[in-house]
Amino acid sequence: MASEAIAVRPVQYLQAQMRWRWSEAAFWLATLLPFVLTPNYLVLASQIAITALFVLSLDLILGYAGIVSLGHAAYFGVGAYTAGLLSKWGFGEPLTGLLAAAIMAGLFGYLTSFIVVRFRHLALIMITLGIGLVLQEAANSASWITGGFDGLQGIHTWPILGKFRLDIYGYTAYGYSLAGLFVVFLVARRIIHSPFGLALRGIRENGLRMPAIGAPVHAHIRTIYTIAAIIAGIAGALLAETTETVSLEALGFQRSADVLVMLILGGTGRLYGGLIGAAVYMVARDQFSGLNPQYWYFWIGLLLIAVVTLLPNGILGGLAHLARRMKVTS
Amino acid sequence: MPSVFGVLFDGFAYGMLLFLMSVGLSVTLGMMNFVNLAHCSFAMLGGYVAITLMNAFGWPFLATLPVAFIAAAALSVVLERILFRRFYNSSDLDQCLLTIGIVFVSIATAAYIYGTDQQPMQLPPYLRGSIAFVGLDLPVYRLFLIATALLITVVLVVTVETTRFGAQVRAAVNNQRMARGLGINVDGLFAATFALGSGLAGLGGALAIAMLGLDPQFALTYLIYVLIVVSVGGLGSISGSFAAAMLLGFSDMAGKYYVPSIGAFLIYLVMIVLLMWRPAGLFGRR
Repeated sequence: MASEAIAVRPVQYLQAQMRWRWSEAAFWLATLLPFVLTPNYLVLASQIAITALFVLSLDLILGYAGIVSLGHAAYFGVGAYTAGLLSKWGFGEPLTGLLAAAIMAGLFGYLTSFIVVRFRHLALIMITLGIGLVLQEAANSASWITGGFDGLQGIHTWPILGKFRLDIYGYTAYGYSLAGLFVVFLVARRIIHSPFGLALRGIRENGLRMPAIGAPVHAHIRTIYTIAAIIAGIAGALLAETTETVSLEALGFQRSADVLVMLILGGTGRLYGGLIGAAVYMVARDQFSGLNPQYWYFWIGLLLIAVVTLLPNGILGGLAHLARRMKVTS
Repeated sequence: MPSVFGVLFDGFAYGMLLFLMSVGLSVTLGMMNFVNLAHCSFAMLGGYVAITLMNAFGWPFLATLPVAFIAAAALSVVLERILFRRFYNSSDLDQCLLTIGIVFVSIATAAYIYGTDQQPMQLPPYLRGSIAFVGLDLPVYRLFLIATALLITVVLVVTVETTRFGAQVRAAVNNQRMARGLGINVDGLFAATFALGSGLAGLGGALAIAMLGLDPQFALTYLIYVLIVVSVGGLGSISGSFAAAMLLGFSDMAGKYYVPSIGAFLIYLVMIVLLMWRPAGLFGRR
């Protein structure tokens, strides 16, 4: 199996990777099920789709380029506040809001990528954490524009494409978020299965050797970091537009930590890992919402310890391992 | 407006506390490259042990301090032997996740046992009040804090600089593989250093209650400060940790006194700028 994979030409390898599998089609068809099966939970489903998009953006930098970030919510927050402020100032056209959020988050991501690219190991974690915290403090202090601790009020989202009004059941919200997730996912999937995506995995595996084969490591990291920031910004804008509110929590440390947990839970570097992790985490949190958040974190903590010790590659990694073993035994 | 000297004094006391809580993490990180985000959970444990002994069993404050040290050190040895040692060769990410999991569990456990409120703390009479000194009122407890921490620092530095154990620690921090090659038992050394560092954190936690308060979020709130000290000071450097802790103590206190509206903004900015200037920390070599 391995020798075959090496024997084929790189282009063929990438093309084979890019081919759609039936399981992928089944996954995306299954995302339509909430419309029929659980119409009372569409608001939650919409939140899951948005969070999944956010996790996907982290997967691009963490799972593929190996950049550990504890401050990724900063870009989510920039996107959310951009879309929210645009709408509050009287222009609530949602797609324009997404575009503006993507531009702002991308710009911020591009600027910070110059800082991020210089660090590794603990200093990298501290720098990303620091960027997140600085932005949160800034948003808190600038309450005349962000609403500070009370959150941003007075957002009104116009009907999507001029036709679909947001309803209280979340039909429009889920459809809108899911469409956003799917479109961005296609782009991410294309990026990952490109030569650039392969170079990223090379950087993750050995950042010192990549320059030796002529790969501009820093430029690649800056590019993917900016792309991830753009996607995170779109996710933030989706949340601001569908819930018509933005709170400081959008760019808090808690969100950065949560999204990391979801990604680890699902499995890094697998595209679908983050989506599944987000769904499992959000549904579990919804089911246990009666619990005091303090106790919820007890179980999350135990879960983290268990995943790292027992399931190093997350749920999807565990399933893949199981599938391989079944194949060997049969 | 508080006097400059008053701010310096408070910043000094605060910096000493941060130093006690972070020096252990710096040394263990320098030696094994093990990112232990649960370090402040040990500090929190020390704090809760001290407060329980005082409030429930009526122990005098000073007697609780060694117990806080021992409790944190003992728990850290157990965790190190059972859990942490399996992750020395794992990626940063796995280490982070494992230890942040422990942080979450410790916060929830503390909230379950003690509730989420600040713990009441009654200092003994001889540590209350303040002493007038050249026209300044110096709180006795902060003087006590500074004296204790300075004493520990001196003992620590003398141990590391002059004893055989200290020489082995320095060798292992400098080059772990070479130290192994010379026959130094790095694993045992690491376990001992880890216990010592966690014990110091526990002691720091117990000393911190009267100045910073104690609630279950302590493990996360001060984790960020401790990480700033460690990364700015440079991994494995005791003097670096000391300098960084002082810098952080002063800038945080000055920020809180003179420009309270920007909150913690200042120290995060200081950290980013310092790391931009020297990515390996002020005294770091790597």
